[in-house]
Amino acid sequence: MSLRTPLGSALGRGAAKAGVHHWWVQRLTAIALVPLGIWFVVSLLSLPSLGYSAVSAWMSQGWTAVLLILFVLTVAWHSQLGVRVVVEDYVHGAGPKTALLVLVTYLHVIAAAAGVFAVLRVALGGAP
Amino acid sequence: MAERPLSPHLSVYRMHRYTLLTSMLNRITGLALSAGLILLVYWLMAAAAGPGPYAQAESVLALWIFKAVFLVLLAVFSYHLCAGVRHLVWDSGRGLERAQSRVSAYVVLGASAVLFAGLACWWLFSRVLA
Repeated sequence: MSLRTPLGSALGRGAAKAGVHHWWVQRLTAIALVPLGIWFVVSLLSLPSLGYSAVSAWMSQGWTAVLLILFVLTVAWHSQLGVRVVVEDYVHGAGPKTALLVLVTYLHVIAAAAGVFAVLRVALGGAP
Repeated sequence: MAERPLSPHLSVYRMHRYTLLTSMLNRITGLALSAGLILLVYWLMAAAAGPGPYAQAESVLALWIFKAVFLVLLAVFSYHLCAGVRHLVWDSGRGLERAQSRVSAYVVLGASAVLFAGLACWWLFSRVLA
């Protein structure tokens, strides 16, 4: 006879309450990207030129820099979630799938870090 | 290990053409936008490197192939945005009936085409032909 209570044998075996996390963050970033995406595309199209002086002046404005950083981070996060699902769906075999998922995650973190660094460097006047 | 059906188990669904088309397009455009993220970071890093490197990147991005890439990115942005809003409406529990989802599929296709046409014209007249 086991001395474990029914509760004891059930604890820790149920849902970790994390199943909805991917779905939820995917939606959070999606909602944020509706205004951010429109803002980014419209801003690029309405810049007088895409030359260095116009672009760096634009990026140096306070809210532009903040929104650009939010845009880069949100795109990277949303993209990571999306590409992850595609890899999970279409790449079979635990080895290749895991390797590709790790690679995809790293690439997105690198993209996010580089994007934030670049915006800050221009916005804070650190660009050469 | 037993052979179990693996996602995407396409064969279990009876797919009308519009459901298949809108779903596939949403994924493909999402992947294309992910590739666009690389371009965005390249452009931002060029700006961070100063006027010289930026001018170099600008001349690369001025190649006709990148003009085509921008046009495609505008198209996939338009579609992914509209299709994404459709998904968000679904998440609120609305529009899930078959007839409604058929209508919204065509609304998404139409709206994204109009949005793309507008953005493409704006881009063409303010940058390419200016």
